[in-house]
Amino acid sequence: AGVVKAEDYTLPAYVDRRDVPLPEVAFVRELSAQQKALKEKEKAAWSALSTQEKVELYRIKFNETYAEMNKGTNEWKTILGGVLFFLGLTGVILIWQKHFMYGAIPHTFSEEWLSAQTKRMLDMRVNPVEGVSAQWDFDKNEWKK
Amino acid sequence: MRRLLARRMKFHLLGAFLVSLGCATLYKFGIAEPRKRAYAEFYKNYDPMKDFQAMEAAGVLECAPPK
Repeated sequence: AGVVKAEDYTLPAYVDRRDVPLPEVAFVRELSAQQKALKEKEKAAWSALSTQEKVELYRIKFNETYAEMNKGTNEWKTILGGVLFFLGLTGVILIWQKHFMYGAIPHTFSEEWLSAQTKRMLDMRVNPVEGVSAQWDFDKNEWKK
Repeated sequence: MRRLLARRMKFHLLGAFLVSLGCATLYKFGIAEPRKRAYAEFYKNYDPMKDFQAMEAAGVLECAPPK
């Protein structure tokens, strides 16, 4: 009396992990009568065990084989589908916003303003090496091909 | 099952080395070299006075207005 019962999660646990080849406890905790008999037989010579009995002993000790543990799933399809769906939903929301919510854009985006702006940038020789002035042919007064 | 960490580490160490070398090479030959060539080409026959006169004529220089 006065001793707290050990909770399940405080005891050593079984875990299926690639880097833990021998977990702390066997997988099956309460053995049936048949399994107990098999465990007794295991104490004798192992060559007396049939293949099926050996597999049964393995399954008592382990949950999944390494092959089963490392097997891939189809989860990526769900994930990809979810991601694309929410991207599409976001796109719909953005289109709705542009159409119904936002006001007009500033007048500095009109065609006349943009061409006057570009002309001024070219006059000033903005980025003449790799940028906009490098794409303009100043002799022929047109964009370089 | 054997040498799990060693195998993984060897693979990833080699991979990391190759990937970083590859990135550096790609950058050098995709971006750095063309940029150096662009600058060399630009300044080969560059006449600053002609450029200045063109800018002055266009009227973008506040302290050098066109006549």
